[in-house]
Amino acid sequence: MAKNIKLMQGNEAIAEGAIIAGCNFFAGYPITPSSEIAELLSSKLPKTGGVFLQMEDEISALGAVLGAALGGAKAITASSGPGISLKQEHIGYASMSEIPCVIVNVMRGGPSTGLPTLPAQSDIMQAKWGTHGDHAIIAIVPSSVNESLYETIRAFNLSIKYRTPVLILTDEIIGHMREKVVVPDKSDVDIIDVKLPDVPPEEYNPYNYTSGAVTPLAPMGEGYRYHVTGLIHGETGFPSQKTETIKNAQNWLIDKIYKNIEDIEKFDEFQTEDADILVVAYGSTSRSTRQAVMMARTAGIKAGMFRPITIWPFPEKQISNLSKRIKKILVPEMNMGQIILEIQRNACESQVYGLNVVTGEPITPDQIYAKIKEIAES
Amino acid sequence: MNDRIEFRFSGSGGQGLILAGIILADAAAIYEDKNAVQTQSYGPEARGGSSKSEVIVSDSPIEYPKATKVDYMVALTQESFNKYIDDVKETGIVIADKELVTDFSKARGKLYVIDMVKSAREELGKVLGLNIIALGVLVEISGIVSHESIKNALIKRVPSGFEDYNKKAIEIGFKLGKEIKNNN
Repeated sequence: MAKNIKLMQGNEAIAEGAIIAGCNFFAGYPITPSSEIAELLSSKLPKTGGVFLQMEDEISALGAVLGAALGGAKAITASSGPGISLKQEHIGYASMSEIPCVIVNVMRGGPSTGLPTLPAQSDIMQAKWGTHGDHAIIAIVPSSVNESLYETIRAFNLSIKYRTPVLILTDEIIGHMREKVVVPDKSDVDIIDVKLPDVPPEEYNPYNYTSGAVTPLAPMGEGYRYHVTGLIHGETGFPSQKTETIKNAQNWLIDKIYKNIEDIEKFDEFQTEDADILVVAYGSTSRSTRQAVMMARTAGIKAGMFRPITIWPFPEKQISNLSKRIKKILVPEMNMGQIILEIQRNACESQVYGLNVVTGEPITPDQIYAKIKEIAES
Repeated sequence: MNDRIEFRFSGSGGQGLILAGIILADAAAIYEDKNAVQTQSYGPEARGGSSKSEVIVSDSPIEYPKATKVDYMVALTQESFNKYIDDVKETGIVIADKELVTDFSKARGKLYVIDMVKSAREELGKVLGLNIIALGVLVEISGIVSHESIKNALIKRVPSGFEDYNKKAIEIGFKLGKEIKNNN
């Protein structure tokens, strides 16, 4: 079959990926540079039998998404920094009550309303720590338009498999740039569907903290009655303050993600085999990095790149292993230094350098190459 | 073909420069199976302010998506001409409108000053479509894609009912581009 190749924007690829994944619900409130996701889903969803809702604000938008997901929908919302700040309350609720959903953050400069039309990568730590309380989160950072489409499908799959909110972190560059995308047919990609529990309603508990397996979330309206709350709850869903239940519930929220890290993690390595200098870069910055690594190789400097695609949970083991043989690590980021903290924590045996550009402009290959050269000569 | 060719459309918000960039990228990527990336940069205002739309075309995969060494630049305001010309290569070509850009003290590369607004007014009856005329000039001068490819991409991207108007606009651009090429 001829490939379906289109020129599209990163935001459009996310909308396209959502539809392929079987998304049938969007609620949101438009904000630059994410608005095209809402705009496109507002025309696509009604045509595929789905629902598009523009809510009065970002908090209610995620509330509507969680309600829809409890009803069995594959639901998504999209925003940018200021809106993601507002959504934090419900991100915590989704983590606690284990409701699958996909939340897109097309990052722009901040804090506050910051730089509406200009890119940044300054919400990386917010993705992990934005909502209060101990919890684990999955966050994905695509670096191309094509990857935006496929990673959106993966985000839906992970959200259902692990009953967790999954964040997709792109930025103004990836969100607004247009490039070629190979649009797959639904039958060419793996899609995890919402399933009914394999026990009858009278035997169903919506939570299980000790078996190690994730209990399917029974869609409401199918005869399965259960309680949903943001309070710490037992396996029936009703609030509990028993020490054993608290301990089990808190551990479970972390364990279900971290004990399955090999299934969730995804990364890309470029010329790391013989590298003397490792550049760890993600999202749009990894594109400049790849080019800078090629420039360095041409100049006889053995540079390589490690690129996390799943950024949370962080690929600690890979960084730790790489640091055993590569003693100099550079971390370019469009922020004042966020992921570098994870690198420093995991690459104890290496010297770690930052390159932080916060001008509203992307980091150029020349800037990264200059830094690689400086490090090589040091 | 040179490995990486960089195009920049610059002007003010509302002139349709982003659309011009999308059409060029579409023609190269979809109709000629090259690699192409289109990006844009604009301020928070819906109209006015300086705006640019860039297209990188290459036979190899394109990593950094923005232009840094511009081969071809179109300028449709004085402000954008001054603001965005510094990245133009020594061997680059700058296409400016004769009425909209008058101060060339910052000029770099080879400068083509063309009566695009005047041609639009005289041949289309209004200035709407200036972006498409500029696109036609650029395609003619650069030879980056064929007339057929750019026309196919154009028809796909313009609102229905305006196909003929836009086809006329791009032909004006081809003609102006050919004239300036023959005179240089």
